[in-house]
Amino acid sequence: MLALRHISKSFDGRSVLRDVSFDFPASAVTALRGPSGCGKTTLVNIILGLLAPDAGEVLLPADARVAAVFQEDRLIEHFSAARNVRLTAPAQVTDAQIYAALAELRLEDAGEKRVSQFSGGMRRRVAVARAALYQPQVLLLDEPFKGLDEDTRAQTAAFLRRVCAQATVVLVTHDAAEAALMGATAELRLAPEKGET
Amino acid sequence: MKRISTSPKARDKLLRLGAVAFWLLLWQIGSMLLNQEILLVSPVSACATLIRLMGESSFYQAVLGSFGRILAGFILSTLLGIVLAALSRAFSPVRILLRPLLSAIKATPVASIVILALIWIRSTNLSIFISFLMVLPIAYENVLEGFDSADPKLLEMARVFRIPFPARVRAIYAPAAFSMLLTAVRLSLGMCWKAGIAAEVIAQPRNSIGSALQQAKLFFATPEMFAWTLAIILLSVALEKLVVFGITALQRRMEGMPCSR
Repeated sequence: MLALRHISKSFDGRSVLRDVSFDFPASAVTALRGPSGCGKTTLVNIILGLLAPDAGEVLLPADARVAAVFQEDRLIEHFSAARNVRLTAPAQVTDAQIYAALAELRLEDAGEKRVSQFSGGMRRRVAVARAALYQPQVLLLDEPFKGLDEDTRAQTAAFLRRVCAQATVVLVTHDAAEAALMGATAELRLAPEKGET
Repeated sequence: MKRISTSPKARDKLLRLGAVAFWLLLWQIGSMLLNQEILLVSPVSACATLIRLMGESSFYQAVLGSFGRILAGFILSTLLGIVLAALSRAFSPVRILLRPLLSAIKATPVASIVILALIWIRSTNLSIFISFLMVLPIAYENVLEGFDSADPKLLEMARVFRIPFPARVRAIYAPAAFSMLLTAVRLSLGMCWKAGIAAEVIAQPRNSIGSALQQAKLFFATPEMFAWTLAIILLSVALEKLVVFGITALQRRMEGMPCSR
């Protein structure tokens, strides 16, 4: 479903990713790890097609359903939590399913509230619900548990594992515990200034 | 002694009313000192004349005629401005193509356009055309600026989630464009009235404020000229409030739509 072939990317002459190749196991979670500035988000943006690599290619079917929890939540500020999820969810996802998902993420009273009024952790969970209910085949999670306490983190991870059990998941994280929480079975580790597989 | 406290909003309103009262008083004093109604009528006399005019059916025919034409020009140009801004946002050659035309419209004096347009357009429709031309560049530029200010990160999100174009417009582009559209309305409506009435003064269509103004001028009926001018100011302010209210209501309605695409 998703593979990388010899991906390289540099910004202003500084190499961020160098010759990265990887086959992401289908319907499993791969942890994309490495220290800050090693190109994790750059690689996510390349997989999402938002950034063109200098060399190499992303192997992903053109009709694949791809969703993401971005590093910034990227929510529509004047929409309610439910409407943010509805905006991207397929038609077969019912409003009841949306509210149930929000409730599972401890946002039961927040569905009709504008996300501009939400705390960072609440916004993060709306972004998670949006990505999960999109019913993606490939799901990119860029630090999805940022700003969540331990309990909420575990609950959010359980939600993602249940709803996106069939998806090929790429989890960007610094934290081995988060990778374990998501049940990651593979790892792609990036090193600063030098991409390695 | 009991102190009367006022909220900042009420205080602001009082101050604004005070400013209006100050200028009206200055006008009244100037008129009394000059003591020649043909040169400078007093605000009291202008208001009295306006009230007298309001008792005549021709007043309403003129007001409705001018109001309708100017509003038609304004609505047409705002709609076209939005469409052209959307096309310019989507296709950069459209933006490049329109730039010189809109710059030329902005730079051309109203009188030149009016005189030229009189050759092609019936005098009845001239003020529609002039209002249209005055508003078009402002509506276009402001709405385009609004579209351009749409958050690129949200547009990327929309691309990843394959949000259909109409939903993308409602969720991302429209909120960005609404505030700029309000700015455009505030900037252009006054100008629209000024240019529209100027066109009527030159073209002299039937049932128009411009023609009434011109008639008043011919007979040195200064109180009537002031009364008509007062009517124009009141109509312009009322129309601005009405349009701003309409756009704000539309914006709220779009933002408050239920949980659906």
